[in-house]
Amino acid sequence: MTKLKSRPSVLNIPLTFFSLFAIYPIAVLVMNSLKSRRDLGLNPSGLPKHLLWSNYRIAFNQSKFLHHATNSLLLVFLTVTIVLTLGGLAAYSLARLKPRGSNGVMVYMLVVSALPLWLYIVPLFFLWRQVGLLNNYFGLVLLYVALNSPFAIFLLRSFLIRIPREIEEAAIMDGATKMKVFTKVLLPISWSSFLTVGLVVALNVWNEFQVAFILINDEEKLPIATSFFAFQQTFGNDWTLTSAVGVMVIAPVLLLFFIFQRKFTDGLVQGSVKG
Amino acid sequence: MVAVPAISTIYLSMTEWSGVGLPRFTGLINVRRLLFDDDNFIAALKNNVRWLAFFLTIPFIMSLSAAYGLSQIKRGVMFYRVSLFLPYILPSVVVATLWRFLLNPSSGFTGFLDKLGVPGFDKALLGTSHTALWAIAFIDNWHFWGFLTILFLVALQNVPRELYESAELDGANEFQRFRYVALPGIRPTLVFMLMMVGIWSFLVFDYVWVLTKGGPAGSTEVLGTLVYRTAFGDFEAGYATLQGLGMAFFASASLISFGILRKRGWEI
Repeated sequence: MTKLKSRPSVLNIPLTFFSLFAIYPIAVLVMNSLKSRRDLGLNPSGLPKHLLWSNYRIAFNQSKFLHHATNSLLLVFLTVTIVLTLGGLAAYSLARLKPRGSNGVMVYMLVVSALPLWLYIVPLFFLWRQVGLLNNYFGLVLLYVALNSPFAIFLLRSFLIRIPREIEEAAIMDGATKMKVFTKVLLPISWSSFLTVGLVVALNVWNEFQVAFILINDEEKLPIATSFFAFQQTFGNDWTLTSAVGVMVIAPVLLLFFIFQRKFTDGLVQGSVKG
Repeated sequence: MVAVPAISTIYLSMTEWSGVGLPRFTGLINVRRLLFDDDNFIAALKNNVRWLAFFLTIPFIMSLSAAYGLSQIKRGVMFYRVSLFLPYILPSVVVATLWRFLLNPSSGFTGFLDKLGVPGFDKALLGTSHTALWAIAFIDNWHFWGFLTILFLVALQNVPRELYESAELDGANEFQRFRYVALPGIRPTLVFMLMMVGIWSFLVFDYVWVLTKGGPAGSTEVLGTLVYRTAFGDFEAGYATLQGLGMAFFASASLISFGILRKRGWEI
């Protein structure tokens, strides 16, 4: 390893350029959110002259941020809870108990997770309307759970299967039920993988646009991403306010990403290869 | 959850149905319309193929070079990892809106380039028919390619260092080490992602809808926006279902073509 000639200086030039390309637009969004409209017109991509914090107060009220963020938090909470509970149990079953038909279930999930949304979203929309699930969080969460479960189950299963069986054997000897083994033995040592999956699912739901855009059109019930879309359709010409709302929408995502950076990258990268 | 609507898809695709009332079974009339009589579908499909061509090249060139660079340096890897991945976790609506500002001819990057006198940036890239699709692809790629980079970086980190060392002892230069050591080392990941990008290219919706809604003059219409418009704009739910089925067909064609190439003994 040490024998390798180090040649960092040259490679740092393109890499720095690449990261500027990634970060600078986000910086522009933040900078513009603090400008006055006049300042923005004169200086669209530099630092603001004065920090106009009042943009945030106006944007917060105009976009009904709190209302729509609460909608999304509810969706995130419901989806993450259901996916982790059902997905965790399914993963445990597939990794350890292996009931008859386990392989069939795996193949089935692989196939349905490969089916594109556009194949079934039109019939699903009219089915949902028929049964009263349009503009209904239960109907939306049901779909979010279906869309996120295969990835969650595959990832959790691959974590659980790597845990040595000896760890459970002592508990089984003591007469613990299968459920006890899962909750008292496996969960405490694999909570970090559950956290990874939970974070990825939460990100997916918070950012989700397409499904919510089709299934929810009641203004009151719009989650954050679709409400931002509606906001920029109306206020799109006011870039300072639009930027401020944009920053508020991405702030929780950025915050969690900086805290759990490794888990996000691992979860998203592995999820796409395995799931 | 997903399988039942998928099956009813097949039936509904052979009906005339506005979405209200009962679907009227019409057999293969829809299929004939799709194959011979739907210029919009063909035009949208062509845009998806352009999209595919863009996404099978640009993101891969960018992310392979960045990932290789990252695998060769020792200091600052964490900083680059975080910053390159950042755009991927942002919601599509915010990214699209931000870039619509940046590509605005009177402000942002393009305005700046225009002031510098760089040709081609004096007009709205998103508002001009022959540049709009590429502008959207560029924006979607800004959000996507960092993800691909980290994916390749993780794969590259599993390539044994000894291989690079022995290549270096044999006098291989930087490009040769990339071409003959790194690239073969991550081939399974690379091929898998080419296939996935092939599938995704037929399913794009968010960025196109938020940025142009398929315009100007239908120049950025893709299958996703077309299906949406047919079902919820023209209220032709039965026919939209068939268009969706056609979309899924092309997406899976990407999957199948990789399978065939592999059977033919291509080393992928």
